[in-house]
Amino acid sequence: MAETIVFQSAPARPAPVKTEGLVPWAKANLFANWQSTVTTVIVLGVLLYAIPNFIQWAFLTATTVPNADACRAPGVGACWGVVTEKYRLIIFGRYPMDEQWRPLVATLLLLALLVASCTRAFWNKWIIVLWVVVVGTFFALMYGNVFGLTKVTTDRWGGLPLTIMLSSLSMVMSFPIAIAVALGRRSALPAIRTFCTIYVELIRGVPLISVLFMASFMFPLFMPQGVTVDVMIRVLAGLTLFAAAYMAEVIRGGLQAMPKGQTEAAASLGLSYWQTQFKIILPQALALVVPSIVNNFIGLFKDTSLVGIVSLYELTGSLGLALNGDADWRPYKLEGYVFITLIYFAFCFAMSRYSLWIEKQVNKSKLR
Amino acid sequence: MAVAPRTPPSKRDWSWRSQAFRGLLYQILAVALIGGAVWFLAHNTAENMRIRGIKSGFDFLWAPAGFDIGESLFPFDSNNPYWKAFLIGVSNTLRVAVVGIILTTILGTLIGVGRFSRNGLLRGLCQAYVEFFRNVPVLLQLLMWYLLFTELLPDITDAKHVGPFFLSKGGLSFPEPLWATGHLTGVIGWGLGAVVAWFYRRWAQAKFEATGQLRSMFWVPVVIVIACGALGWIIGGAPFDFNMPKKGEFAIENGGSLTPEFMAVLLGLVLYTAAFVAEVVRSGISSVARGQSEAAQALGLSKGQEMQKVLLPQALRVIIPPMTSQFLNLTKNSSLAVAIGYPDVVSIANTALNQTGRAVECIAIIMLVYLTTSLSTSIFMGWYNAKSAIQER
Repeated sequence: MAETIVFQSAPARPAPVKTEGLVPWAKANLFANWQSTVTTVIVLGVLLYAIPNFIQWAFLTATTVPNADACRAPGVGACWGVVTEKYRLIIFGRYPMDEQWRPLVATLLLLALLVASCTRAFWNKWIIVLWVVVVGTFFALMYGNVFGLTKVTTDRWGGLPLTIMLSSLSMVMSFPIAIAVALGRRSALPAIRTFCTIYVELIRGVPLISVLFMASFMFPLFMPQGVTVDVMIRVLAGLTLFAAAYMAEVIRGGLQAMPKGQTEAAASLGLSYWQTQFKIILPQALALVVPSIVNNFIGLFKDTSLVGIVSLYELTGSLGLALNGDADWRPYKLEGYVFITLIYFAFCFAMSRYSLWIEKQVNKSKLR
Repeated sequence: MAVAPRTPPSKRDWSWRSQAFRGLLYQILAVALIGGAVWFLAHNTAENMRIRGIKSGFDFLWAPAGFDIGESLFPFDSNNPYWKAFLIGVSNTLRVAVVGIILTTILGTLIGVGRFSRNGLLRGLCQAYVEFFRNVPVLLQLLMWYLLFTELLPDITDAKHVGPFFLSKGGLSFPEPLWATGHLTGVIGWGLGAVVAWFYRRWAQAKFEATGQLRSMFWVPVVIVIACGALGWIIGGAPFDFNMPKKGEFAIENGGSLTPEFMAVLLGLVLYTAAFVAEVVRSGISSVARGQSEAAQALGLSKGQEMQKVLLPQALRVIIPPMTSQFLNLTKNSSLAVAIGYPDVVSIANTALNQTGRAVECIAIIMLVYLTTSLSTSIFMGWYNAKSAIQER
């Protein structure tokens, strides 16, 4: 007799382990095994010690009263009064107090121009015209002596406007030099290749500070008798030549990444050398290296802090200028440093995020 | 109508349509232009120097320097000639650069590897470190460390101390071993141990290739080197005398010491460059395809073998070129020491320049020193890079 088979459902499988949410995340990322747990405990311990102390110093016991006596009171943490008291001197350097709207407007214009240059919609030949107009306005506003503005000589320029102007102008002016040098290093003509290689290796082999010393001490000797060039222009020239060497290497990297077929296709179409470079190779190569160019600019932006050593008072230098001579505020230099650190960080961090974003944008054509 | 085949232009075609001729012309033009510019600048410089009465030449190097140097590896006083001052500057630059490169490599690698940690907190911390230190100018960081070391530390009279280590505005003092023959024999022992270890590795490798038996390639050589060093030290009489720092009336006396300037330069450069090195290491490791590590596991390699034989050789190829430029950047950035008064070569040259007015010569010396270091580093790293490159047929 056949056995009757009674249908029995298999026991339900356990629900899948929850992998989302805070607790599973912590389990996987903080307490996965004993090593991880120990690390978590140590790091948490350090953070729990450092962060409350920092908050205590920077916010809870801090004072923002622009009065050095308030800072000397016992139990007071950070003395942000040094910033509220001196911020105009730190940001604008020795620019005359009453005229400080001029560097403000000029810098905002320049910043707007930089933002526009970072937008792909503006990447056409009109941007060059825009640059000439805005940079002209910048110098007119800063230097004055036109439209009834009083004259402010360059030795009184300083602070953030100088930092932004030096970095952006030297970057833009180095661009044509860099393209020429990058093409020169790949040229078939040995003499031109040698000159370009020597230039790039020479500049990249020495620190920026020696280039600035050269601009500051040797440049006046280079000029013919009776010709004097303003120190700011000399430093700008030095920065430009320095940036051009680094930029040339970036652009050369882009040129090298171009497949040979592009040049051959252009040659078979009968294009000349310059037509090939400007219509075929450079547009592709430059688009490829835009992120590196932005990174280069970040480096240059940070490097402008060095011009303080040859007595141009950009942001770092103007902080020293504001505090070194003032016995009341000198002890609170650390707070001043924190302030300009935040400014530098904000600019550089924003640019590095932009670099990541633009990298995705320019690579879009390669993704399918 | 038959078209006559166009004859190719003869080799020597002196017309504008010949590419060879145009090339030659461009080059002659370039040489003339650059030569002319150099001549113009040199002529102006000579003329200006003649009019202003500036002497030129390197003869000043033998004149007494007339200034003291805060710290130096060998004795110096103000009667010594300039060339000796420059030598001290170069040695100070190299000291910061060499120590800095070693520390940066260690710290940067740790942070770069830390970004692959399974621990989320550590990962986040490493990323925050990189983002912060990379985005603040190195000069600002140096100035900040210098401020911390010289203003916020206690005075020398009530220096903080942990055991025989003293930390104050005057710098860091620590016990220094007294030099004895035992140390020399120890170093000789180390050297011999390294040679023995090298031979051991060659032998072990040959054995492995012949029989397939695997011998320890790392721990045994390490033990050999340490044991030989210890043996040499014991043969030399096992010296264990230290020059202990002692708190005096006005200063910490005896012992080895680091000045606040040196510490600020070193710390600033190491922390800044480590952020970049960490990024280099991270991109190197993430450039190795995932399949490589899976394939290594499928072959039954151990974790250590997988790292040493499969992952690292491939990652190093990506890591070495940017790492070289980071080392060179650190060396070049050490010139910022001039801002906080550490007597490196730029600082000495700056003083000499102000005293003698020989701008051209002093700047030439700075550039020469850095060019030599840069070129020799890149030659060495180029050799190492060629060694670790893909062996193509």
